[in-house]
Parts: sequence; structure tokens; C-alpha cells
Amino acid sequence: MHIFANPARFLSIARPLTPWLGWAGGLLILAALIPGLLLTPADYLQGQSVRIMYVHVPAAWLGMAGWSGIAICSLMQLIWRHPLAAVAARAIALPGALFAGLCLISGSLWGRPTWGTWWEWDGRLTSMLVLFFLYLAYIALSSAGAERGSSDRISAIFGVVGAANIPIIHYSVEWWRTLHQGQSIGLGGSKIDASLLWPLLVSALGFTLLFAAIVLMRMRAMLAESKVEARLKRMTAE
Amino acid sequence: MNHWPFIIGAYAVTAAGTIGVLVASYVRMRRAERRADALSGRR
Repeated sequence: MHIFANPARFLSIARPLTPWLGWAGGLLILAALIPGLLLTPADYLQGQSVRIMYVHVPAAWLGMAGWSGIAICSLMQLIWRHPLAAVAARAIALPGALFAGLCLISGSLWGRPTWGTWWEWDGRLTSMLVLFFLYLAYIALSSAGAERGSSDRISAIFGVVGAANIPIIHYSVEWWRTLHQGQSIGLGGSKIDASLLWPLLVSALGFTLLFAAIVLMRMRAMLAESKVEARLKRMTAE
Repeated sequence: MNHWPFIIGAYAVTAAGTIGVLVASYVRMRRAERRADALSGRR
């Protein structure tokens, strides 16, 4: 990881990688969602609403993976003072919040026809809502830190502490057996039929690549903006 | 209950949110990099 500490080296990799990730992600999403909407069978219990899973599950995964990324970058920022770690954490926050929000909305749209309710104060739903609010708080904290030009240790500490919510989300379906169903995919395999599983996995991979492209674009923007700011300060001082 | 309005709603919200953030990130990156290039070319 330390080899990416140099912004110039990072940019030499990020510049060619960004369009590849973006296009590959977009094509994989289309390759999963078009058949997922039109060709794959309905589920014997959920009916047609199972198709919402092809956007809901990737959104849930990226909401959680995004915060895990923020926590790892925050740790790197606190321990090694990695110059790009704070930039990466700030770049992840907005797409992470987006996908946590999309998970809540698509879950609600799935819940109404399947459970008969838009919302329930269930362990999984509530912990996911907490994650969404954590993202909003992180964005506010890191934006304030960036405006002050400080090293932003507070948002880094918040990023690490907030990671305590990730295992709560993951195990919520085991700890509080309320409305949300248990895990269908684990390290040991899947309980989902292959005809329904493949669009889910391809969609999750596509959204992950697109998420990575968005993070790289935001990192490149932040690095360029700080370069402009430094240059303008130097020009004013001369 | 007809599930399709809920399915279309979920896909529409996901597409709008994802494309919105993607385009906003791209525009911000292009604008920032163009400004940085223009300033580094200036003496």
C-alpha cells in the first residue's frame, strides 16, 4: 500500500484504470439487469419482486464495503499518516452514502409487496439506517475538516469507530430474528437457485467496478483541486 | 398485488442515483484536472 503514497504514482495508475473500471462496470450491470428484469424466472415465494434483489443486494454490499474502506483508510491515515488515505476515505463517503440510501429505498420497495409493509424497526433495517446516518455525519465532518485545511484526525477516528456498526449489520439477522430473512449467500455456498444467482453476482461485480471508478474520479478531482489551491496560494505570495 | 410498479421504481431510483453521482464525479474531475493543467502551464 505504501507504494501508492506518492500522488504522482497513484495518478499514473488511476488515470488509465478509471475508464476501464467505468465501462466494464456499466456493461456488467447491463448484462445482469436486462436478463434479470426480462428473462430470469420469478421466485416461487417472492414472485416477480425477487428482481429487486438484483439492485438491492449490490447496494447493501457496497454500503457496507464502502464504510469498511473508510475504516481501513482512516486507520492508515492515523497510523502511517498516509497522504492519500484521507483523500480516499473522503472519496468513498458520497458513493457509500448513495448505495446505503439505495439499499434502504429498494428494500422498502421490495418489502411492501413481499412483507406487506414499507418499513419495520427490524435489526437489519435499523442498523442499515444507522449506517446511512453515519455516512451523512462523516461527510459533514470531513467537509468541515477539508475547509479548515486541518489534518482531519476527528473524521478519521469517526471512520474507525463507526466500523463497529458493520458486524452489527452483518450479524443482525442472527442476533435478532425478526422480519428480515437470514443470510442466503455465505462462504460455504449459496441457498439461491443458479437461475436467480448469476444475475445477482454479475450485478454485484458490475456495481463494485463502477463504485471503484467513481472513487477514483473523486480522488483525482480532490488531488487536482488541492494542486490548484496550492498553486494559487504560491502565486498570491509571489 | 402487481409487483411491477415496485420493481420499476427500485430500478429507476437506482439508475438515477448511480448515474447522477457518476456524472457529477466525472464533471468535477474533468473541471479540476483542466484547471490544474492550465495553472501548471502558466508561468
